[in-house]
Amino acid sequence: MSETPHDGRTDGAGHTPAPMSLLAELTHRCPLSCPYCSNPVELERKAQELGTEDWLRVLEEAAEMGVLQVHFSGGEPMARPDLYTLIAHAHKLNLYTNLITSGVLITPQTMKRLDESGLDHVQLSFQDTDGPEADRLSDFPQVQPRKLEAARLITQAGIPLTLNFVLQKANISRIPAMFTLARQLDAQRVEMAHTQYYGWALKNRAALLPSRTQLEEASRYVAAEEAKGGLAIDYVTPDYYAARPKPCMGGWGQRFLNISPSGHVLPCHAAETIPSLTFDNVRDHALSHIWYHSRAFTLFRGTDWMPEPCASCARKEIDWGGCRCQALALLGDATQTDPVCSLSPHRHLIDDAIAEAEQTQDQTFIYRRMGHRPA
Amino acid sequence: MSSHTPPPVLNEDDCPGFNRGYRLQHDRVREQWVIQAPERALLADPIAVAILQELDGKTRIGTVIDRLAERYEAPREQIATDVLTLLSDLTEKRILRS
Ligand code: SF4
Ligand code: SF4
Repeated sequence: MSETPHDGRTDGAGHTPAPMSLLAELTHRCPLSCPYCSNPVELERKAQELGTEDWLRVLEEAAEMGVLQVHFSGGEPMARPDLYTLIAHAHKLNLYTNLITSGVLITPQTMKRLDESGLDHVQLSFQDTDGPEADRLSDFPQVQPRKLEAARLITQAGIPLTLNFVLQKANISRIPAMFTLARQLDAQRVEMAHTQYYGWALKNRAALLPSRTQLEEASRYVAAEEAKGGLAIDYVTPDYYAARPKPCMGGWGQRFLNISPSGHVLPCHAAETIPSLTFDNVRDHALSHIWYHSRAFTLFRGTDWMPEPCASCARKEIDWGGCRCQALALLGDATQTDPVCSLSPHRHLIDDAIAEAEQTQDQTFIYRRMGHRPA
Repeated sequence: MSSHTPPPVLNEDDCPGFNRGYRLQHDRVREQWVIQAPERALLADPIAVAILQELDGKTRIGTVIDRLAERYEAPREQIATDVLTLLSDLTEKRILRS
């Protein structure tokens, strides 16, 4: 068995594969305020959110197109009272349902409803293993006990659990404790994800980015835990310390689509940061039309758009030129080679950021807030 | 240090089934079978599909082997090795429970 099913049927117009996975961002509302939140800096408000009927139809269209897995996310997806209806509908359509949650709204009552709706898996996010640190990062008092109780309720219901830790300079030393916690909570998987620096996290980069020494420390902890076995570990290394960029979600518009709370269809959750792109909305168009034909998807799909050094590089169908949003965020131009790549003429920007973070000791954050305007 | 359960070795009297959060599913659009799992879909080859389709959490592995040996007119011993290897591996990965 292999991990990647082949790409599937095309729409006849080219070699465009059908999407595998849908990230349904039900709302940007969230009781927490993490300074590395992956939501856009301009958060969408409740009045703009898609209604239940729209989401039910979108799930049907997604299943019809070939989507296999739906990730219900946010913000905090449990802030939507119709979450259970949506999970049950996805389940009926034979879609694999994953809930990505902070856990703070999980109670015995809500857990029972999640269970009865047929939920397949929960990914529970953690800021830290240390209670006061978790409160500080999430800007939410007593967050840790609520997460631990959520984990207990999830495993008690027999639903497989993944813990997701976002790594940053202040919590690297507690990675061994994170693994211990994952085993205590009987999690099946643990994701150790270094912060990705766009949106909110880019504003806080100097306060979050670990040093090279810390990164080596992190990799040692992960290797030691892997050697023990019995826990699936998904370790996402920070691209800033790599010589080659990470592949963008298996390629722009190749496997993955993201629907924002107001119904915009995005090739990547950070794509709205690219000012030259406009996004079609599921209120106006069929999902398959948007996937196969909208400009936001076709613009960076494949390799035709690539500049040098990517255009003549042997890795162009491996990493797809890296992250478009990172090129935009750091170079002001989404069509450039990801500056993380050592072949990019702009790699020095990354090295400068690493040097700046090494000089920055204190952690004063800009927390995510509704109504915050980018500086 | 936490101690770890040794790799499960299934025998013909076990009756494995899928754990919650895992299932065999036909992918109609790509005309292939996948095992749906947290954060990924694993491609299942035709032999794995034939074996996994027999599982319901109640049927003995021995019975599954008998059925497959008859259906494919293959030596029982060889089928038994394939079946036990695959099912032990998937149990260790917590995809199946016995
Ligand atoms: S990262 Fe924090 S603030 Fe952002 S959605 Fe997740 S829990 Fe909420
Ligand atoms: S030049 Fe482009 S394609 Fe080649 S490794 Fe760098 S980012 Fe990837």
